[in-house]
Amino acid sequence: MADKSFPNPHEIEAIPGTEGWERMYPYHYFFSTKDKEREAYENNTFWFNDALHYPEPLYPFDIIWDEAWFLGLSQFNTRIFMIPPVYGVDHRIINGNVYISPVPITDPEEVQKRIPLFMERAGYYYENWDRLHEQWEKKMTGIISDIENLEVKQLPAMEDISVVKNGIGTSSGYELLKTYDKLIDRGIRCWQYHFEFLNLGYASYVTFVDFCTKAFPDIPLQKITQMVAGIDVILYKPDDELRKLAKLAVEFDLGSHIGDDTKNVEDVIAALQSSENGKKWITAWEKAKYPWFNISTGTGWYHQDISWNDNLNIPMSSIRIYIKKIIGGHNIDRPMDQIKEERKRLVHEYRGFLKTDEDRQTFDQLHGTAELVFPYVENHMFYVEHWFHSVFWNKMREIAAIMTDHKFLNEPEDIWMMSRSEIKEALWDLVTAWATGTKGYGPLHWPEEIAWRKGVYQKFKEHPPIPAVGTPPDVIAEPFTIVLWGVTNESMTAWTKLRKIGDPDKVNEIEGFAGSPGVVEGIARVCRSVEDIGQLKENEILVAPTTSPSWAPVFQKIKGVVTDVGGIMCHAAIVCREYGMPAVVGTGQATTIIKSGMKIKLNGDTGRIYIER
Amino acid sequence: MEKRHDYVLWFEECNLESIPIVGGKNASLGELLSAEIPVPPGFALTTKAYKRFLEQGGIKKEIFKILEDIKPNDMDSGEIASKKIRAVIENTPIDENLQDYMGEFYRQLSKKCHVPAVPVAVRSSATAEDLPGASFAGQQDTFLWIRGIDDVFTHVKKCWSSLFAARAIYYRTKMGFPHDKVEISVGVQKMANAWVAGVMFTLNPASGDRASVAIDANWGFGESVVSGECTPDNFIVNKISNEIIKKTISHKTFLYTRNPEKHCIIKQDVPAERQDTQCVVDLDVIELAKIGKKIETHYGKAMDIEWAIDKDTPGKAKIMILQSRPETVWSDKKVTPVMSKRSSALEHICAGLVAGRKVSN
Repeated sequence: MADKSFPNPHEIEAIPGTEGWERMYPYHYFFSTKDKEREAYENNTFWFNDALHYPEPLYPFDIIWDEAWFLGLSQFNTRIFMIPPVYGVDHRIINGNVYISPVPITDPEEVQKRIPLFMERAGYYYENWDRLHEQWEKKMTGIISDIENLEVKQLPAMEDISVVKNGIGTSSGYELLKTYDKLIDRGIRCWQYHFEFLNLGYASYVTFVDFCTKAFPDIPLQKITQMVAGIDVILYKPDDELRKLAKLAVEFDLGSHIGDDTKNVEDVIAALQSSENGKKWITAWEKAKYPWFNISTGTGWYHQDISWNDNLNIPMSSIRIYIKKIIGGHNIDRPMDQIKEERKRLVHEYRGFLKTDEDRQTFDQLHGTAELVFPYVENHMFYVEHWFHSVFWNKMREIAAIMTDHKFLNEPEDIWMMSRSEIKEALWDLVTAWATGTKGYGPLHWPEEIAWRKGVYQKFKEHPPIPAVGTPPDVIAEPFTIVLWGVTNESMTAWTKLRKIGDPDKVNEIEGFAGSPGVVEGIARVCRSVEDIGQLKENEILVAPTTSPSWAPVFQKIKGVVTDVGGIMCHAAIVCREYGMPAVVGTGQATTIIKSGMKIKLNGDTGRIYIER
Repeated sequence: MEKRHDYVLWFEECNLESIPIVGGKNASLGELLSAEIPVPPGFALTTKAYKRFLEQGGIKKEIFKILEDIKPNDMDSGEIASKKIRAVIENTPIDENLQDYMGEFYRQLSKKCHVPAVPVAVRSSATAEDLPGASFAGQQDTFLWIRGIDDVFTHVKKCWSSLFAARAIYYRTKMGFPHDKVEISVGVQKMANAWVAGVMFTLNPASGDRASVAIDANWGFGESVVSGECTPDNFIVNKISNEIIKKTISHKTFLYTRNPEKHCIIKQDVPAERQDTQCVVDLDVIELAKIGKKIETHYGKAMDIEWAIDKDTPGKAKIMILQSRPETVWSDKKVTPVMSKRSSALEHICAGLVAGRKVSN
C-alpha cells in the first residue's frame, strides 16, 4: 500500500472564497475533528469520490438522491438482508463533492451471527424473485403515477367558494406544503424501492464474476457480463421507439417533412399535419412518448438532465439520423438474434472448458441466479432515474415557479441552490406571509444567499476533486463498491497517478477501463451533453462525460467512445460491445484533457488512450 | 494401366486410409488439410513408386543378393552391406515415367508456392510404424532446403535407401522380418520460408486458462522462439470470441533466417525499425488462434503448436502449421474444483461475501 497514500480528510482546506460552503449541505456530511472517536474513524477509513454518480459537484437540492441512497442502500445491507460482513455505505462531502466508504463488520462473531439471518432473508428474495419483482413494478408505477397526478396549485388571492360550501377546512397554503411534502416523500420512497433488489442482484453477480475469474483467469469482465446481461432491456425501449418511428417515416416517405436539424420540432409536426400519413405518424410519435420519452438525456441524477419530453428536438434529431441510415441502405435494427446467439455460445463454450462436474454444477447455479437477477440491475434505472426523476424535476420546477412569483427566487432554476429542508422552510415563510397578508422574509434572504452559493459552486467546479482521502483497506466486501465503482488495487493506483498530473495540456496518455475491445484512431469530438451530438461528424471518436440510452443514435455515426465516468457495465461499454466498436470508459478526466479536433488513438483492449500532440 | 495416382499424390489426396501407400506422416498431413488446418503444401511418393524404382532399375535382385551376405551377429557385415545397397540405390537413375510424374508435381508445387524451383523438405514416411522394434522413423532421414528437381531425385533416393541403413537391416534381421516386405513412402513438402514464426498453446500456459490461446512470435524462423533464446511478442486471444485480450510487444533483437547460397540457417540482427514492431498483425493473430482451436478440436485436447507465416505467397500472409503435439504441463495437472461444492447459489453468494475481495496484492 506504500504507493497509495491519500490525504488526511481533515486537512483538506476550503477553496479560497468558498468559506462557509458547509451550510449548503446537510450538517452530518462533514469531516470533523470535534470528537476524537469520529476523527479516528474518518482517518482510518478509505473515502473515494463518487465520480460515477457525480461527475460534477452537487447542487444543494440534488443531494436529495445522495441522502436517499445513503439510507436506501445501507438499510438493506445492514438491517434488512443482514449482509454478513458489511454494513452500509457511509457518506461525506468535501468542496461539494461526495465521498463514500463501505463500512465493514470487523467482529468475526458478528459476521457469523448474521450468516443464518442473511440466508433466510436473502434466500427468500432469490426464491420468490419473480413474484416480488412483479410486486415491485406495481409499487414503482404506483408512485410514479402518484407524482404524475400531483397538482402544484397557485396560491389564490381568495379561496374558491367551494372551500366554504364543501366544508373543506384547509387552505391552498396548506395544500402547497402538503404537495411539496408528498413530492419529497415519493422521491425518498422511490429510492427505498430502488435498492429492494439491487444489493442482492449485485451480490449474485459479484459471486458469478468471482467464479468465472477463478476458473478462467484471463476472462474479460465484459464476457462475464455478456453471459448474464438481459437482451430485451427496458432501457433500450425508448431508442427502439425512435427506430420504429424512423422506419415509419421512411415507409410513408415523410423525409422532406421531417427535414434536418435546422427545422424545429413544432414546424415538423405542423408540416406533417398536412397529409394523412403525416397524421398517422404523429399518432405513433405521440404514442411513443408515454412512458418512453421520460428517458433522461443524462444519468437522471441531476436536475439539469432533461428528458426527451423536455426537448423534443432531441428525439427528433435522433430519428433523422436513423432515417438517413435507412435511406443509405443500412439496417438500423439491433442485432438481437446475433446478441442472443453470441450469449448462448459464450455460456456453452465457457461451460465446456470447465474441467469437473462440480465446476459445471457451480457454474450452472451461479449463472442461473445471476441471469435471474440481472435484468433488474439493468431495468430499475428506467423506472427510478429516468421516468420518476424526469417527472419529479418538473414538479419541482412548478414549485420553483411559485417561489419565483413570490420573489423568493430570481428565477425558477435558482431553486437547485437550496436544500430540500430549506425549501420546506421557505415555503412556510411563503404561505404564512400569504395567509397573513404580509411580506415574507424569503425575498430578503434567498436571492442574496443563492447568488453567493452560485459563486461557491462555480469555484467547486473549477477545482477537480481529489479521487480519494483516508486510508485504503485490504479487503472490500461490499458488492456495490466492487461492481459499480470498480474500487480495485489498479483503480486506487490510477487515482494516485491522476493527482500527480497537474497540467492537462501535458498529458499524452490517459487510462481507463477497457469497455469494449478493438483499437481505433481518429478525430476526437467532445460532447458534454446529448445536445452537443449534432456537432459529431461521421467516423469521429466521441468523448463524453458519460452516455445514456438517449445517446443511442450517435453510435451509428462514430467509430469509438471515451467516457469520463462508468465501468464495464456502463451504457457506452454495453452499446459499443454490441456494435463491435472500441470503448475506453471511466477515464476520470478525458473531457478535460481531450479537445475536439485532436487526433487520438484508443485501445479498447488495454483501456489506454494516446493523444497526438 | 498405370496411373499417376499409383505413384504420386497431393497431400490433399491422402487420408488415414492411405497409410499403407503413403505412410503415417503423409497421411496425417492429408488429415490436417481436410480439417482445414493449413500445412505447407506438398505431395507424397507412394510405396508403389519405391517398388517400381526397384523393379524398373533392375536392382532388386542385386540388393537381395547383398543382403544374403550378411552374417547374423556380425555388425560389420551389416555395415558393409548397408553401404553397398545404399550406393546401388543412390546411383541408379529413376525411370523416366516416374521422373515425369515427380517432375510435374514439383513444377506444380513451385507454381503454387510462387517460387521457381521451390525449396522443399524431403522426408520418408514409414508405412509400418507398428512393426516390432518399430522406430523406423528415427532411422529414416529428413532433408531440408532441397531445391531443383535433380536434387529432389537425389534426396528421394536417399530416403529410399535409408530403409537399408545398417541399423534398420540389423533390426529386421534380428526380428526375423523379411526385407522384401518393408516399404517406404516419401513426402516432398514446401519449406516454410518464415517471415514470422513461433509457438502457440491452445491454453494460457501462464494461467492455465483453457479459454485462451497464447501465441509467442518473433521475426524469422521459429527456432528463436522454440529454443527460448529471445523474448517474443506475446498475444493472448480469447478462444470463444476470437478477440485479442492481451498483447505484449517485446524488443526483438535477432532472428533466424536462411543463407540463400548455402541453404543453412543463420542468425541475424533484426533491423532496428522492426525491433519494437508488432511482428504479427492482429488479423493474423486471430487467424492463428482460430487454427489453434481447430487443431485442438481435431485432437480433442490442448495442443502445443509450431507455426510460421510464409513469405512466399504474395499479397497475403500464409499461415502454416509445422508441428503440433499435446500440451503436457497443465493437461497432466491434478484437477481441483474452482470453488468447493455447495448446495445452492445462495450458499456460494454468502461464502463469497464473507470472504470479501482483496484489493491489495
